[in-house]
Amino acid sequence: MIKVRKLVKRFGLKTVLRGMDFQADQGEFVALLGPNGAGKTTFLRILASLSRPTMGGVNIAGYRLPDQASAVRRRLGVVSHQPLLYGDLTAEENLRFYGRMYGVRDLRSRVAEVLELVGLTPRRRDLVRTYSRGMQQRLAIGRAVLHDPDVMLFDEPHTGLDQDASAMLDTVLREVAARGRTVVMTSHDLARAADLASRFDVISRGVITASVKRDEIEPNNLLAFYRQALQEA
Amino acid sequence: MTIERESSYLPEKQGIPADSKAVGFLRAMGAVVWKDLSAEIRSRELLSAMLIFALLVILIFNFALDLDPATRREPTITAGVLWVIFVFAGTLGLNRSMAIEKDRGCLDGLLLAPVDRSAIYFGKALGNLVFMLMVEFIVLPIYSLLYNVNLFNPGLLLVILLGSIGYVAVGTLLAAMAVQARTRDILLPILLFPVVLPVILAAVKASTGFLDGSEMEVIRPWINLLIAYDIIFSAVAFMVFDYVVEE
Ligand SMILES: Nc1ncnc2c1ncn2[C@@H]1O[C@H](COP(=O)(O)OP(=O)(O)OP(=O)(O)O)[C@@H](O)[C@H]1O
Ligand SMILES: [Mg+2]
Repeated sequence: MIKVRKLVKRFGLKTVLRGMDFQADQGEFVALLGPNGAGKTTFLRILASLSRPTMGGVNIAGYRLPDQASAVRRRLGVVSHQPLLYGDLTAEENLRFYGRMYGVRDLRSRVAEVLELVGLTPRRRDLVRTYSRGMQQRLAIGRAVLHDPDVMLFDEPHTGLDQDASAMLDTVLREVAARGRTVVMTSHDLARAADLASRFDVISRGVITASVKRDEIEPNNLLAFYRQALQEA
Repeated sequence: MTIERESSYLPEKQGIPADSKAVGFLRAMGAVVWKDLSAEIRSRELLSAMLIFALLVILIFNFALDLDPATRREPTITAGVLWVIFVFAGTLGLNRSMAIEKDRGCLDGLLLAPVDRSAIYFGKALGNLVFMLMVEFIVLPIYSLLYNVNLFNPGLLLVILLGSIGYVAVGTLLAAMAVQARTRDILLPILLFPVVLPVILAAVKASTGFLDGSEMEVIRPWINLLIAYDIIFSAVAFMVFDYVVEE
């Protein structure tokens, strides 16, 4: 589903990704773990076609980046550090706008369904700029699943969410994974990642240094595995 | 979309219509315009800032130049002052319209959409054009009243339309470029004014021509120049927008 070969990304003279190899099959839920500045966000932005690779090949759902970017984007749902929402539109209007951009059918009922899913139906007519951080994050998640994407990229999606919203997000994530979608999620919360993911990849200074499947490791050993992967790098 | 699939893993899903390219393009462009207009109707931030600025410029010109009433009605003065107002108020609008996209990372949200990115450019440009024309539509009668000049000349209105199209076509592209930088508020005018100078020059010349009732032979070259610029700038923006917005 996602195939990345020898990916290099430079910002000016600074090399952030150094020949990274990565693969995720359909239905896999990969937790991307790594310290601050390792290149996780940069990597996800390249997968999302928001950033051009300096070198290397990226193939998602059978389409190559960057030349078939439009086809890739159609199958991609992204939750990033920022909510990607318009403050002067209501929740409903935001979803309707993005629905049109994605060409979603039966938009009205789909928007209602998604608002229900993220628990914002009572506040759907309020301007997003009056939302709290966590409510914006909920809506950002709704925005990302609106067009029922095959591949989902989550960049630290739990930041700013309360217990309820975190549980809601976990449900969304599990459901997405259960329906055979592919998920890549970055996280600093090892316990949460251990709970959700089917595979754990450690990224350090722009390369994947270790990778382990869920059934090959005890959840309690994940921290030790992570520490060791960073030391070896 | 007519791109060949290299491998197929899922049937074409419900919810993803197989629109023709043109339909998808227009739908996305319309969505962007709709979104900008709805947000503006609600906040009125952009229009009120542009308008207040425009009115202040009219007043400042009045006091700073301290012209006698006859000179004030000179076509060269009128055309010059009008275009100064439009250019500066326009910059304000362009900056604001892109700042909204940067605010909660919305530009990324737009760029994630599976549409030809030039549809986003044309949507933004069309929205900016609407705002600019609205400001002009309000400024003209006020200017007419204050300075006792008749500005309701179809030729002049055509020039204002053509000039605004050219201005917004370049301005939207450069605003998208400037918004990536930390110094975007200062950067936009610095980038924009030199590039847009030919448009302004042609627009001022043509406006003066219509106001002092020149022969069409004298005005037509300037109009043709404006049309040529509009087409060239839109075409260039269409081709390079994708490269400007991707890091
Ligand atoms: N646009 C940019 N220009 C220059 N350098 C950048 C840019 N974006 C990211 N970097 C650099 O790339 C490196 C990796 O950044 P990235 O945001 O990918 O890290 P991360 O793994 O997501 O970290 P975090 O856990 O803090 O989110 C950092 O050193 C950062 O300074
Ligand atoms: Mg990050």
